[in-house]
Amino acid sequence: MSLQKTVLFACGTGIATSTLVSHAVVEAMKERGIKIDARQCKTTEVRSMLTGVDLVISTTQLPTDLGVPAITTLAFLTGRGKPETLDKIEATLRA
Amino acid sequence: MTADATRQTLADHIEHEAIALNVEATTSEAIIRLLADRLARLGHVRPSFAEAVLAREAQMPTGLPMERDANVAVPHTDPEHVIRPGIAIATLARPVDFANMESPDEHLPVGIVFMLALNDKDRQIEMLQQIMETIQDDDLVDALLAARTNDQMLALLGRGGSKAGE
Repeated sequence: MSLQKTVLFACGTGIATSTLVSHAVVEAMKERGIKIDARQCKTTEVRSMLTGVDLVISTTQLPTDLGVPAITTLAFLTGRGKPETLDKIEATLRA
Repeated sequence: MTADATRQTLADHIEHEAIALNVEATTSEAIIRLLADRLARLGHVRPSFAEAVLAREAQMPTGLPMERDANVAVPHTDPEHVIRPGIAIATLARPVDFANMESPDEHLPVGIVFMLALNDKDRQIEMLQQIMETIQDDDLVDALLAARTNDQMLALLGRGGSKAGE
């Protein structure tokens, strides 16, 4: 049975880098048995989008007091550290 | 994944006039203004685009740490300043500092700039993926930095990143 989680993807404009990260993470987590309901917004809108969200993944700095797990990563843009980041995302979603 | 002969490449999204090679600039603002002007003259963006990109860069920078001497920046802004999607590209004669996207207090020497005019996240995903494939290919980035004509640049971008196949 696959796990279902809601992830909010954020970046500066809410359309560019968060789109790339969303596609990469949804695909990779599907292979790891986690189905993701992906939402997307600007970093400045994150606080108002947190209802029902299990994890926030952003390419830019996030406030530290969101109250839900959050990961800031450029791994899906630079290709640097991608496997480790996916492991961290999976571990957070399974926690 | 198998390569598709009909697959569009970055070269299909970049006009000759949207390429600036070996630019002598000393600030990120100068290079942003130059590329925004090219995109405006080609009808991709509104006159408000340059200021909007500069404002966004100051708040949320777009330097990507590629662990190279010459890193990459992808300046862009909100869709309301865009008329039709496109990309402008510049290589710099000497690296210029951009702030790091994930850590804005940190400055990165940038040697190649991809300015993005985006207005639809679902339609432009392939273009974005091609840019990331391109910048993740160290040999291709070296070749782009060494390109001395726009035709050379377009030929290199037409080849795509390492994942694009033969």
